[in-house]
Amino acid sequence: MATIVVEVMLKAEILDPQGQAVAAALPRLGFTFAKAVRQGKRFEIEVAGTPTPEMLADIEKAAETLLSNPVIETYLVKVEA
Amino acid sequence: MRIGVVTFPGSLDDSSALRAIRLAGGTPVPLFHASDDLKEVEAVVLPGGFSYGDYLRCGAISRFAPIMSSIIVAAEHGFPVLGICNGFQILCESHLLPGALTRNQGLHFVCTDQPLIIENTSTPWTSGYRKGDRLVIPIKNGEGSFQASTETLHQLESEGRVVLRYADSNPNGSKNDIAGISNARGNVVGVMPHPEQAIESLTGPSVDGLAFFTSILHSLVGR
Repeated sequence: MATIVVEVMLKAEILDPQGQAVAAALPRLGFTFAKAVRQGKRFEIEVAGTPTPEMLADIEKAAETLLSNPVIETYLVKVEA
Repeated sequence: MRIGVVTFPGSLDDSSALRAIRLAGGTPVPLFHASDDLKEVEAVVLPGGFSYGDYLRCGAISRFAPIMSSIIVAAEHGFPVLGICNGFQILCESHLLPGALTRNQGLHFVCTDQPLIIENTSTPWTSGYRKGDRLVIPIKNGEGSFQASTETLHQLESEGRVVLRYADSNPNGSKNDIAGISNARGNVVGVMPHPEQAIESLTGPSVDGLAFFTSILHSLVGR
């Protein structure tokens, strides 16, 4: 069994008010390291056996059509053992 | 004139939309997300609410409902569709309209009587207004900030496809103060404000929304 991870992030030019709210909260806790924060989503997809190129192509397609909205987001597919 | 209103799991304003169609003089027809049957309606309203709990992204899961496959095919052939709030989000996710609706600037859920300006009266949903008309219609959403690429915004503006614009102040950070747009053909219109909540003086801030529903009836009769 393998886990395929899909990470979805808002594009850089799209305003991320959630990330901004997190960035504004950090200094209130004394954490002063953050210049900026962007918030995204992570999907963990369990698959049976070793992922085949066909399966990965399907996951790419799913990431593009359902898991992300290409108008405002980018995605990254990674295979974890 | 039979006008359909789709109920998705989590729709809120479907009964208000059905009522607005009736008060405008049309025959409201409830449609269900799990069926692909458009029941011979001549236009469709996608109502507001939180379909599928807004999980994943607003409208992202509704887009793949069986009824949407019928609506998408029909809309591409000129069938009139009005998306209100969550319905607008579904139309963007369906790629019937360009751009996307994202989290409001400032993260607030905004619920207010919003001044608006009508920019385009050539769509079947807005033909009863005059360009420049000032309306007051409620908005109530957390993800109503319209975003699109610079090229898309330029195209919408140059083709006159901005239907409705926020007046006085921008409540959510929408690009170009955009509150509603249409597709190139004009038959598909999405608006964030809720015209179905401004049809009677007893329950709304105005009756400014009623003309969306009388416009479509006149457009269908005159076709």
